[in-house]
Formats: sequence, structure tokens, C-alpha cells
Amino acid sequence: MGSKTKNRLVDALYLALAIVPFLLAMTLKVLTAPATEGVSITGAMIFFTVDMPIQAWPVTEAQVNSLAVMLSMLGLCLYLTHGLQVVPGSKRQLIAEWIVDKVTSLVQNSMGERFMGFVPFIAAILGLSALSSLSSLLGLFPPTSDLNIVAGWAILVFILITYYKLQGGLWPYVKGFFTPVPLFAPMNVLGEVATPVSMSFRHYGNVLSGVIISALVGTALKGLSNMLLGWLPGVLGQFPFLQIGLPAILSLYFDIFSGCMQAFIFAMLTMLNIALGFPEEDYERRQAKKRQKASLQKA
Amino acid sequence: MELATAIILACCALGAGIAVGFAAIGPAIGEGYAVGKSCEAIGRQPESASAVRSNMIMGCAIAETTGIYGLVIAILLIFVAPNMFINLLKSVL
Repeated sequence: MGSKTKNRLVDALYLALAIVPFLLAMTLKVLTAPATEGVSITGAMIFFTVDMPIQAWPVTEAQVNSLAVMLSMLGLCLYLTHGLQVVPGSKRQLIAEWIVDKVTSLVQNSMGERFMGFVPFIAAILGLSALSSLSSLLGLFPPTSDLNIVAGWAILVFILITYYKLQGGLWPYVKGFFTPVPLFAPMNVLGEVATPVSMSFRHYGNVLSGVIISALVGTALKGLSNMLLGWLPGVLGQFPFLQIGLPAILSLYFDIFSGCMQAFIFAMLTMLNIALGFPEEDYERRQAKKRQKASLQKA
Repeated sequence: MELATAIILACCALGAGIAVGFAAIGPAIGEGYAVGKSCEAIGRQPESASAVRSNMIMGCAIAETTGIYGLVIAILLIFVAPNMFINLLKSVL
């Protein structure tokens, strides 16, 4: 097989990896959606439960959709970076370079030079969050409308923030809780815990409210069109005419704008909190200490 | 038993209404003030319009948080709380 056809085959394979998970998730939703009359607003549907040592693990719709989003992003990244050349010849490489450029400049402006290794992590959070919220446009259950998914990301970010705060020294970290007055200690601890809680609730609440409002508006429009146009003969009387159009305009705000904005805010807060936890002068002090230790070992 | 169930359902509904009602006041006032200030800034220096606008949108989305807290509590009260409380009552009686 010639190398050009092999390249095209690999390209098609990567594109399939980017598109097939969503198709599978959509067919799964169509097959397992319970038929209900009226408004049905529930959480994620539990498919089955796996017995684990400490607590049983329910496999829910949100986890399956999140897995589909991750596989799709993997396929997209592989497709965009296949066949890189020094002088960009294809449009894919330009798109890939634009993404890397934008995220690098964002991290540089928000976090400074010492955190440049965070660029892939921030790009991953941005892509995962935005793609998860946008998957509600396909009719899927968006993973970010389940608190467990978003809380998982927020706990991970909290671990990162605490790690970088501890880099400035364990004693200054503990002493920081007792400033300005030792009586403030419980409130300072509560302020620490409030960061992941508020980050997860902001993201989850916005996406959940969008999903609920869309469901309510859809049901209301269906009832309205039944009431107004029910006298039409045959199947025309059952078709919800008024349901066309308005939900699309609403989803323009709730799904696209709100989803992307919340993803950006989540990433921005991550960057700002981590950068704030390890200021420039602590970093300089740590570098100086390392240099001192290295020069002592050499002597 | 019916009286207890009726009280639980009534209080859940009332609580949901009060939660969103009070939670909607703060963000509206704060964001209105922020937008007013940004309009002032754009009026003073029209070239900075896009930078001021993007900062304003981001700031409004963060100030919206406490309003969303109230909405989440109201949603929980309507859809999750009655079942939970009634099961709790049944297990106690």
C-alpha cells in the first residue's frame, strides 16, 4: 500500500474515533430513554451497579457520556496532529497551531513563566468542559449537568492548589490560617473549602438550569400547540408545531454561550488560584535554596 | 400521616419559592451596578470598548454564582426533597 493511501486510511480512522463515540451515545440514549408523558426531569440514569469493596459503583449515563467525550477529543487531537511538517501545508496543522498558541498565551498571561508546564492541563480542562456542555446540542445528557463529574474536576484542582501552596513551606501554610487573628481559623478553613465547592457549583448549576429550562419550555410549547392546534385533522393535530424554533434560540444562549463561558471561567479560576498559591517571590526563594544546596553538594 | 406528608410537601414548595426569590435579588443589583460602571468606562474611553466588555461579561458570570446556589437549592427542594423526607418520616414512625 502506498504511503499516501496509508495516510488517508489513518486519517479516516482518527476521524472515526472522533465521531463514532457520539453516535454510540446517541443510539444508547434513544434505546434506553423511558417513555414518559409530560415533564420528566431526573438525574443521570443508572445503567448497572458494580460491586466494589467499600461501596457499590453505579455506572451512570453521565459517566458513559463523559467517556464518549474523552474518546472523541482523543480522536480529534490525533487527527489534528497527524502528519506534521515544519512548514504547515494543511489546514489541520494551522488549526492545531492556533489552539496551542491561544492556550499558551492565556497561561502565560494568567500564571507567569514558572507555570508553563500547565498548558496541556488547562487545554484539556477547557476542551473537556466545553465539549461536555456542547454535547447537549446533540440531544445527549450533558456530563457537566451531573455534580459528580464537575466535583471530580474541582477536587483535582483543589489538590493542585494545596500542593502549590505547600511548596511555599508547610509552616507558612499552617500559619496562614491563623492570620490576622487566631480566632479567624475556622473561617479561613471554610474559605479554603469554599473554592472547590463554589467552582463546581457554579459550573454545574449553570448547565443544570439550562437543561431544566429547555425541558420545561419544550413541554410548555407542546402543551400550548396541543391546545391551540388540536383541531387539525389526523396526525397534524398531534404534531407540536409551536415547538419548532424557540427552543433553538434558547439553546443558543443556554448551551453554546453559557457552556463555553462556564468552561472558560472554570479554567481561568484554576489558573488564578494556582498562581496565587505560589507567588513569584516564593518561587525565587525556592530556586535560591535549591542552588545553595546544589553548590554545597558540589563543594 | 397525611397531615405530616401535607406539611412536608407544602414546606418544600414554600422553601423553593423563598430560596429563589431571595437569591435573585443580590446578583441583579450587583451586575446592574457593574454594567453601569462599565458603560461609564466605555463612555470615557471608547477605544477600550472590547476589553471592558469582555471583562464585564466574565465578572458578571462570576457574580452570578450565589444566584445559582439558590436555584440549585430550589431544584433540589422540588425534585429530590419530598421523596427523601417522606421516606425518612416513614422510617422513623
